Amino acid sequence: MSESLINYTLHLADNALILGQRNSEWCGHGPVLEQDIAITNISLDLIGQARSLYQYAAEKMNAAAGKEHPAVTEDTLAYYRTEREFKNCLLTEQPRGDWAQTVLRQFFFSTYQYYLYQQLQQYADTNLAAIAEKSLKEVSYHLRWSSEWVIRLGDGTDESNRRMKEAVNELWRYTGELFVPAPYEKELGIDPGSMQADWMKKVSAVFEEATLQVPEKIFMQTGGKTGVHSEHLGYILTELQYVQRTYPGCEW
Amino acid sequence: MKAPAIDKKVLYAYLEEIKDPEIPVLSIIDLGIVRDVVMNEEGELDVTITATYTGCPAMDMIAAAIRVEMHTLGFKKVNIRYAISPAWTTEWMSKEGKRKLKEYGIAAPDKRFSIPADGVECPRCNSVNTRLISEFGSTACKALYQCNDCMEPFDYFKCH
Repeated sequence: MSESLINYTLHLADNALILGQRNSEWCGHGPVLEQDIAITNISLDLIGQARSLYQYAAEKMNAAAGKEHPAVTEDTLAYYRTEREFKNCLLTEQPRGDWAQTVLRQFFFSTYQYYLYQQLQQYADTNLAAIAEKSLKEVSYHLRWSSEWVIRLGDGTDESNRRMKEAVNELWRYTGELFVPAPYEKELGIDPGSMQADWMKKVSAVFEEATLQVPEKIFMQTGGKTGVHSEHLGYILTELQYVQRTYPGCEW
Repeated sequence: MKAPAIDKKVLYAYLEEIKDPEIPVLSIIDLGIVRDVVMNEEGELDVTITATYTGCPAMDMIAAAIRVEMHTLGFKKVNIRYAISPAWTTEWMSKEGKRKLKEYGIAAPDKRFSIPADGVECPRCNSVNTRLISEFGSTACKALYQCNDCMEPFDYFKCH
């Protein structure tokens, strides 16, 4: 039970860290200044969530390990774990693509996080519930912002509509994994599948306004939640972990 | 040896001296970041603070500033605790804090605009003929606006 709770907390943290890192690639490159600021603010919120979650996981891991083991910290969890140890969903690690792909991925993920954190607020583990309650306020902004962008681009010019359709084709296959429980979720009695109907309802409503089609049932890629990732995660970790791997324990 | 007890009000008054590094007119008390401060019998200080937003980069600076200020005042040991729950809200911002924000050129949180929309009062000319530019501003806690009358761009401290 305790191990599952640690794994689940790491899964939530990894989702937030990897998407935060991905979005931060836009820093200084956003289409206009205000949107550059918006996407990097969203990154900051996600990395903040990741920090709270890693701190909690580290506390649990240290308590389970006893004192003779070297202490785990939020930093060791972010910087010293390998690809197979990361439990983020495949959706979060996909390349940022163009602006359409970035905002669509954010929309898919924020919708998911919105319903997830609403449920987690009621969860028996009071620490996770508190982090969910706090994060939900931020996620509400992410969801509104990304919905508006999906509508603006989908129902925009021929080019923006084409790009948004391409983004849907590219990313839809990674949305199924959000709702498939990993073994650690099953053991904790958490069923992400219970949010799928709400998620689909929100996505359908926004897609309708954006003049986009919800795709037919297709084969969904899975694996990220249990550490089997696409080729993209390795590159993210290489960049993210480079300094700590090269100069272990360095501070500035 | 027992340290002489110090009234909570006095401790709060000390903390009032510490300003938010991003909005230096506001103290951490005005912002509602300080949730509790207790001095134990050994004279150690326990200060409980809460982050405005989870990723607020000012938190580490604020914790460091509290240590420096309290050490300067003679407290030998200062423990900083971080509380997550209950989640911080702009409801905890003091009236004085809101007044100081406006004076500084930032529109204070306004319940009618819990979801940012056009019409937040311009802190410079008080016009409500204003428009929302972006729900994300120069820091996580602010949205960006422009006044259609005096044309000044301004920040709005979002309800949270």
